[in-house]
Amino acid sequence: MCALTLATSAFAGSPSNSKDASSNRNDGSAATPVAHLTDGDSMRIAGEQRFRANCGRCHAAPQKFPPRMMGTILRHMRVRATITGEDQRLILFYMTQ
Amino acid sequence: MLYRWRNTASRRWQGNALSGIALLLLLLLPALLAAQTSDPEKPVPILTGNAGAFGFVTAGQNLIDTQFNPVLLVPLGDRWLIESRVAFEGQFQRSPDGGPYGGPVTKHIDYAQLDYIASPYVTVTAGRFLTPFGIFNERLYPCWIRALQPDPLILPINTAPSDGAMFRGGFPVSAKANINYAAYVSVTSIGIDSVDSERHVGGRIGFFFPGPRLEVGGSWQRTLQDDRKNAFGFHLAWQPEKAPLNLRSEFAHSFEGSGYWVEGAYRLSQAHFWQKAMRGTEVVARLQQFYAGEISPDGAAALGLPGADTREADFGVNYFFHNALKGVASYGRLFSSAGNANQWSFGIAYRFLVPLGRVGPQS
Repeated sequence: MCALTLATSAFAGSPSNSKDASSNRNDGSAATPVAHLTDGDSMRIAGEQRFRANCGRCHAAPQKFPPRMMGTILRHMRVRATITGEDQRLILFYMTQ
Repeated sequence: MLYRWRNTASRRWQGNALSGIALLLLLLLPALLAAQTSDPEKPVPILTGNAGAFGFVTAGQNLIDTQFNPVLLVPLGDRWLIESRVAFEGQFQRSPDGGPYGGPVTKHIDYAQLDYIASPYVTVTAGRFLTPFGIFNERLYPCWIRALQPDPLILPINTAPSDGAMFRGGFPVSAKANINYAAYVSVTSIGIDSVDSERHVGGRIGFFFPGPRLEVGGSWQRTLQDDRKNAFGFHLAWQPEKAPLNLRSEFAHSFEGSGYWVEGAYRLSQAHFWQKAMRGTEVVARLQQFYAGEISPDGAAALGLPGADTREADFGVNYFFHNALKGVASYGRLFSSAGNANQWSFGIAYRFLVPLGRVGPQS
């Protein structure tokens, strides 16, 4: 199932985007319940959980930066720390609210 | 003192190829910056990185180490990212007969890569990149991130930078587990004026369980020349939710040697006394062991590895003045058939982050 999902969407999805964080439907996280989060409160809570689980594994919690900076930082961390696209989307939402 | 892959033969070929990459980036930079600042919603280029000044005393010998490691991040559109880290480092020691401190100041490009987020599951990277063997080299190396400034003994094993292409990514396999992976090929012999090259393929896979905040994984690398040797490793990272504890461990096995390290870092934020000071204080302990491989002690030294079987225990304390500035100190005892030694370190590490364009109001 997972392999099928991976194969069918390997080159069809779109990466997370700071412009429209909630519009990223094809984000590779459809298997997780939080992939459907779209309301602000739920996304913020999930984003904080993802932030603590992913970012805190390596370094001290950074301060919040303006959205244009956070977009770049999260893209860098998506590559460097191989976090999922869904985690990137939710953390970006949390860090820019 | 600190592990430096630059002492290996790979230093010889890095100049030409990377000078070209750096020049290309510099030529493109003005246009890229202009393109990035036209839309108020687009990610902006960033100059970030770290700086540090440290003192090391090993077996009574002093070393002053200063570092400046800028990282340039240039996002392009929605899917592209150019990223590069350059390291400037000065290592100063007194000569045996006294006198002022002196020593080399080196500079090198740790990575200069172009990333393309091809899909939610795949990012394609090309250029020079940090080799994803284990987790320390890629995630924990910067001085503002690492809990102890002395390097793990096994860090030089299969972590020299790679020049080639890589596929990597992360995706959930269920609500309770994510997979992250990297697969790469390094082809540094192409176009380089040295036959002393390093061609290899490898990969890493990790399983992250967000609930218990546990990651386990493994790495593999195979050289594509000479005896075509294999190397492998395992890693573990655990951050329990109920305690400000960070546990990490790595194991590596290769022709050059084998070993492991286990490290725990505990933030004293739960202390009931001196709470303001304790919140920013972290105590660290690391145990590690190295087993010499099938190369000579001189060959090991050239790679930055111990020349003999070695055990080491380190204890340290870090104090975070704020999330981007910390003071560090540690003591370690090294046990080796080549001689035992004490190792002290102290210093300060700082992380900076500067936007290279308009960012709008602070959120």
